[in-house]
Amino acid sequence: MLRRKRWLFAILAILPTLALFAWLRMYPIFETLRLSLHKWDILSKNKPFIGLANFKELLGDRLFHEALLNTTIIAFGVLIITIPTAMVLAAMIHYRTRSRLSGFYETAIFLPHVVSLVPAAMAWKWIFDARLGPLNAVLTALGFEPQAWLFDPTLSVISVIVLCSWQALGYAVLIYLVGFKSLPVSLFEAAKLDGASGPQSFWFLSIPMLKPITLYVSVVTLVSGFNVYAQAFVLASDAQGAPGRQVRVLVLDMLENSFRNYRVGYAASEAVVLLLIVLVLTLVQFSLLRERGRA
Amino acid sequence: MSSTRSTQSGQSRRLRRLLVDRGIDLVLLVFSLLMLLPLVFLVSNGFKTPQEMLAWPPTIIPANPTIDNFAAVLQDTPLLRWIFNSILFAVLSTLAILATSSIAGYVLAKFRYTSLNVIFALVLATAIVPFEVYMIPLYFQAQSLGILNSIWGLLLGYLVMSFGIFLIRQNVIHSIPDELLEAARIDGAGELWIFFRIVLPLLRGALGALGVLAFFQAWTAFAWPMIVATNREAYTIEVGLALFQTGFTVDLGRLSAASALVLIPSITLFVILRRNFVEGVASTGLKE
Repeated sequence: MLRRKRWLFAILAILPTLALFAWLRMYPIFETLRLSLHKWDILSKNKPFIGLANFKELLGDRLFHEALLNTTIIAFGVLIITIPTAMVLAAMIHYRTRSRLSGFYETAIFLPHVVSLVPAAMAWKWIFDARLGPLNAVLTALGFEPQAWLFDPTLSVISVIVLCSWQALGYAVLIYLVGFKSLPVSLFEAAKLDGASGPQSFWFLSIPMLKPITLYVSVVTLVSGFNVYAQAFVLASDAQGAPGRQVRVLVLDMLENSFRNYRVGYAASEAVVLLLIVLVLTLVQFSLLRERGRA
Repeated sequence: MSSTRSTQSGQSRRLRRLLVDRGIDLVLLVFSLLMLLPLVFLVSNGFKTPQEMLAWPPTIIPANPTIDNFAAVLQDTPLLRWIFNSILFAVLSTLAILATSSIAGYVLAKFRYTSLNVIFALVLATAIVPFEVYMIPLYFQAQSLGILNSIWGLLLGYLVMSFGIFLIRQNVIHSIPDELLEAARIDGAGELWIFFRIVLPLLRGALGALGVLAFFQAWTAFAWPMIVATNREAYTIEVGLALFQTGFTVDLGRLSAASALVLIPSITLFVILRRNFVEGVASTGLKE
């Protein structure tokens, strides 16, 4: 009797949340998969099943290729900048934990991660501005040519990478700090007694022992890199969305196909590609972790 | 003899250590200031006259501070309305996420039935899927409910958070012993009473961390508000600013002023809630 009552409570208590999950997460995910296999245009009356035709079309879609390439470059660019920098910074902050300034370091490095994206991007828009920006002024002072950072296709991708790294760094440093705190102190003391220098312990002890954390932060950074949208929108969409000048990224291409070209099924197939990328990254993370666990 | 040598080497070691400490402090200090510099300039640019914006080198403290930019922005755009929308959206989303996560996290932690394990697996599975993947179908759901361009439309995407459920579940497992709940049951307490009077108070720290995370997640949301709110009055501050900056020949002074108006409250809030926030974010890394 009491058992039954407890079971009833559990089910009733979880039901509202479960219903919301089913309605707002599982159903739309399923819909994305379903739409990707249909010719589902807003304007047309018939929305027939077309199998993998959307995906086949993606293979030959120049804009999609550009978006996929840019997004991949951005995601890996952010990764390459963020991970080593974050690791070194976290090591230094951890080393100076007792310093009065350690709270300031943490806050200063973490702040870009939490401030609203668009206003922060506005600061960078000014920095990169070809005429007014301090970056070009510094370059000119050093004797280099000023560059059109936000208009040149290559340079604007670099600008997006810089902005994204500035924002992603704080999160990575924070997670690494948690990692450093969990490392066994005795091991480092033993290494010190054996004459290891600080950089040596960092290289031969910390880095290998923090591998699971590095793996985790890398996957999180890559996944959020593949979902980049706002940064590219703000930095590289001057002149009212003149398409030639934008840094085309996956989410932007997807939204354009859906809301400008009204090709929802086609946009859904792009979403599925994004999902597959994320799934592969997550699987790689898990399998690498498991391998480590066995070794 | 040997003792003087060892104190000497001890002294030089101490000196070296002091130098290393100061060196690292210097690197960290310079790096921290560089990280903050874009934000500092943004706020300061908001107070500059158009002439001073062009000056080189850029000044950190404006020579002739002016509030013209702020006045112009407030006149040109419904900025306060956007800020209000963002705050309302973030607060309601936080409340919804706290409510759904706390009850679901508790049930999934303390009631062991096979059906619940299946539910937990489903929650975890959806957590991997980025929001961007399913936001287009979700948009059509909002459309068919007729809640586009409203706070309810914004909320639709932000009522639940898989990570929230996960976080609360972990906390309940680690900080609330079964014996405590059993004792309350033996004393005749009802399940609801136990949840509200015993479990929730013990989860205060975790709920604080989750609340701050949820608030900032909604406050900085971009893609979803961008497609749901298409009417100027319904914009959140992120969308409003992003479209404002494409709207006319960009005047950086005004843009900076508008951005500063948004940044200052959110930075203040962050500094106040920093502990909660750091706790919440740090716990995202511990799920293994």
